[in-house]
Amino acid sequence: MEYLKKYPKLFQWLFLLIVFFALCFAIDVPETYKFIRGQAEFVKDPNQSVYFFLGKEVRYYAFDVFWRLPPLLGWLPIWINDSLFFLMNEWMPMEFWNEDTQEFKTRPLLLEISRNLTAFMTFLIELIREILLGGLETIVAFTSWDFIDAYPWLELPGLPWTIVAAGAAILSYKLSGKGLALFAGLTMIYISIFGQWKPSMQTLSFILVAAPLSFIFGLGLGIAAYKSKRVEKALYPILLVMQTMPQYAVLVPALVLFGVGDHAAVIITMVVAVPPMILLTILGLRAIPPEVIEAGRMSGCTNWQLMFKVLIPTARRDILIGVNQVIMVCFSMAVISAFIGAKGLGFNLLLALNQLNIGLALEAGLCISLIAILLDKMSLAWANKQTDYFGNLTFFQRNKNVIFFGASFVIGIILAYVGTFIFKGSFNYLFEIPHNKGISTADFWNKGVDWIFDTFFVYIKAFNTWLIQDVLQPMRALYLRMPAVATLVLAVGAGYLIGGVRSALVVAALTLFIALSPWWDRALVTLYMATFGVVISCLIGFTVGTLCFQNKKSAAFMLGVCDIFQTFPSFVYLIPVMMLFGITDTSVLIAVIVYATIPATRYTIEGLRSVPVGLHEAATMSGVNKFQRLTKIEFPLAFPHMMLGLNQTIVFALFMVIIGAFIGTEDLGQYILKALSDKNGAGIGLTLGICVAFIGLIFDNLIRTWVEKRKKHLGIA
Amino acid sequence: MSETVIKCESVYKIFGQNAKKMLEESNGNVDAKTFQERGCIVGVNNASFEVAKGEMLVVMGLSGSGKSTLLRCISRLTDATGGKIFIEGQDLLELNNKELIELRRNKMGMVFQSFALLPHKTVVENIAFPLQIKGTNTEESISRAMEMVKLVGLDGRENYFPRELSGGQQQRVGIARSLAVEPDIWFLDEPFSALDPLIRKEMQDEFLRLQEKLQKTIMFITHDFDEALKLADRIAIMKDGIIEQLDTPANIVLNPATEYVRKFTEEVPREKVLIIEDVMDASSKDNLGDLKVSKDEIIENVAEKILTQEKLVGVVDSKNNIVGSIKPSKIIDTVFGGRKNGN
Repeated sequence: MEYLKKYPKLFQWLFLLIVFFALCFAIDVPETYKFIRGQAEFVKDPNQSVYFFLGKEVRYYAFDVFWRLPPLLGWLPIWINDSLFFLMNEWMPMEFWNEDTQEFKTRPLLLEISRNLTAFMTFLIELIREILLGGLETIVAFTSWDFIDAYPWLELPGLPWTIVAAGAAILSYKLSGKGLALFAGLTMIYISIFGQWKPSMQTLSFILVAAPLSFIFGLGLGIAAYKSKRVEKALYPILLVMQTMPQYAVLVPALVLFGVGDHAAVIITMVVAVPPMILLTILGLRAIPPEVIEAGRMSGCTNWQLMFKVLIPTARRDILIGVNQVIMVCFSMAVISAFIGAKGLGFNLLLALNQLNIGLALEAGLCISLIAILLDKMSLAWANKQTDYFGNLTFFQRNKNVIFFGASFVIGIILAYVGTFIFKGSFNYLFEIPHNKGISTADFWNKGVDWIFDTFFVYIKAFNTWLIQDVLQPMRALYLRMPAVATLVLAVGAGYLIGGVRSALVVAALTLFIALSPWWDRALVTLYMATFGVVISCLIGFTVGTLCFQNKKSAAFMLGVCDIFQTFPSFVYLIPVMMLFGITDTSVLIAVIVYATIPATRYTIEGLRSVPVGLHEAATMSGVNKFQRLTKIEFPLAFPHMMLGLNQTIVFALFMVIIGAFIGTEDLGQYILKALSDKNGAGIGLTLGICVAFIGLIFDNLIRTWVEKRKKHLGIA
Repeated sequence: MSETVIKCESVYKIFGQNAKKMLEESNGNVDAKTFQERGCIVGVNNASFEVAKGEMLVVMGLSGSGKSTLLRCISRLTDATGGKIFIEGQDLLELNNKELIELRRNKMGMVFQSFALLPHKTVVENIAFPLQIKGTNTEESISRAMEMVKLVGLDGRENYFPRELSGGQQQRVGIARSLAVEPDIWFLDEPFSALDPLIRKEMQDEFLRLQEKLQKTIMFITHDFDEALKLADRIAIMKDGIIEQLDTPANIVLNPATEYVRKFTEEVPREKVLIIEDVMDASSKDNLGDLKVSKDEIIENVAEKILTQEKLVGVVDSKNNIVGSIKPSKIIDTVFGGRKNGN
């Protein structure tokens, strides 16, 4: 009884677990139940039950409602799909003037908007792409194909790679200094001599359109939300879902709305990259001390001046994190959107992975990672730049960067011209090194992979078999053995115990959505993979973080490593694991673990760092040793922040699990990938994405509520 | 009294929904408690006063007394719920946004407790900021800002960022920024509260030096009664949004209007606050001894001399005319007397 009074929560949790397990054991597995592989849900089968809703036919295998809920939301994907098609192809037909045919044409409004939007995006991408690589689409956009036929010399020639490399180095030097300039130069040279120039520039042109647009939209919407509560309220749920929505899933509806190609990829990248930018803009603006705003007002700022000269610069730390996120997402999407026909490194990467040419994939992955790091560092340096008012500079000193660029421009052109004589009849290496004519280390890596396979095959195979047979399969079976009712009780109970009725209701709604969708089993598989990844990631991350925290230098170093790893596009993580473990679940899980360990480590270090110095001293003076200090002082105080890390770890893990479908898993991701090639896939893809997002949101809600309560309790809110 | 610069007529600031309606219903009799029960918080309650040109009015009160809110009403960082505020005869609450911005750009300067410097700008850029907002070109604004840097004694640090400066130095930047546009009216919101005692004293002295030179019309907010006594021409003591007393430092110390004000004055060393004129007897000018003291002298500085005298001590004005006398025993009364009676 005394224990009961002392730890009421503990007993409530115990009770919840007992109920959960009791339900698990009480409800038997129906004899007809088997995990459904492939697309069997949609195959007509006399054993299936059928119902109609909104004129849509839904077929499913009926089980005891305690075991699996019937897919009452099964009509939703079909309905979404039909609605999308209706909106695109039939809704609001209007007359539009067609420039080419010189006549009015009737077209649905949304289709026309979408076509104009994509045309605009295409123009932007082509413009940058042709400056970098040459071409004539931009000039055609202003004139016509007839015009080009008449003047065939009128074509953007494209910059020789030497000029782009020099330009990148000079810009980096101006922004930051020698270090970054060297990095920029080497990156560009690497890209060029490894024959990745063309795809790299294609990717770069994609990024140079997507990232600034995402930044502007994110900042703009963030400001709007900061200024108006109503806008914020409207945006908030969308932001929340988008945060945990797998990037794959957004691709599918984009196909319907914007078609295939770079322009669709840019738009979809914006959809994914804008939400974090909005969130961080709001966060930064909210954190500005009121006196700074007042100081701005008293200086006589107009609203416009106040926003752009006072508020945004003051909030720049958070806004910069936003820029960093935008760049990260853009590169991630640069790879993923290769699925919907975006050109560039991502396409090469996917192709190489598909052919299991690990060496080529590695080179493309390295290129894309290097460009990502470079752009990230440049944007950071740009934001931290300051002007010197007092330097009494000569004309040369003031304009040296422009002069240097002008010089390298001329030299680059001369070199390219000279090149036409040197490399007569073959490729002009001083202009552009073609894709497969550079140095390639692919063979070396492929041989390395072969060697690893030959040498360690036995061990890898043994490890693989052990992991899959003794750990993963039983774990998966356990997850699938959970009756839906038991899972619901567990989720809702946890919600109630952590956050009261409100949390319980939110969690119940989110869980029910998944349970009533046709993919509950798949969601369980996704969940099991994510759980496995998260548990291992947290173990590694918390340990590594704690160890690194013992020393200031190693902590800073580790955070730097996390920064760099975070810049890698998520797809790149698949390359090395496929190298070692081939196409198995193990590969996916290891990629998940590596990827999800980043936030776990980062948040552990940050959490431990945030423990006030005064407490350290107080603890030391009470005579605790290092271990006691860690367990009694630092962990309890850092724990809430570490839990936020857990939250991020879950989101990262879910992302990677879904991306892992590319290697071949049997979870929600597999269906999303399938939906990509299905002409009726839009609704399915979107609903699947929402399912994954909801899994993330369930944990997000629980963890955040707990952290807030805990922080209040500890007085560190 | 010379020309009035700031004039407040029953200014109210009440936070919460329906504040305006409730204020109208109350007919000027605002009771904080009843308002609070109905979900409103009274910030400023019926404040009326004037500040003359070149005068320094110090508003003193503990935290939550509404002093900062009062200042924000007068600078219109927040709109007063009721009452009228005139700046040089202009009705502040009637100004539109554009006129208000013009007023702030040319007439007002403000210093903040937490300095409120822009973290991304250097010292000189921070100081030049109000000028650049106004549209002054870079060269001119920077050279003007450099003058201000010299004025507050920060030469050599003009290219530092705020984070690289100590608190005292940061507040010097804040002061320089507020003075950059040469405002007539200077608002200071607890400018020295975040500083160490030694630095605070140094900054107060420097502030007095600056004011001697600049002769601005000043509203100075503080929670430190000693600071108020040291700097003020007149002090307004606020409690729960109400101005309890508004008077010269001497009168506040000698004749506290309410019990609340008395509590502050009890611990005040009178000899450091009062001048001879405050305690002299203006009616008797005969039978004076040899010693003569100026009427503007602070008692502490001449007490020792006066106490050695047996006869009456003559009090003279700046033109050396005798304006009154003082008994040596009066000094003892002043220094020890008031405190004995107090509870």
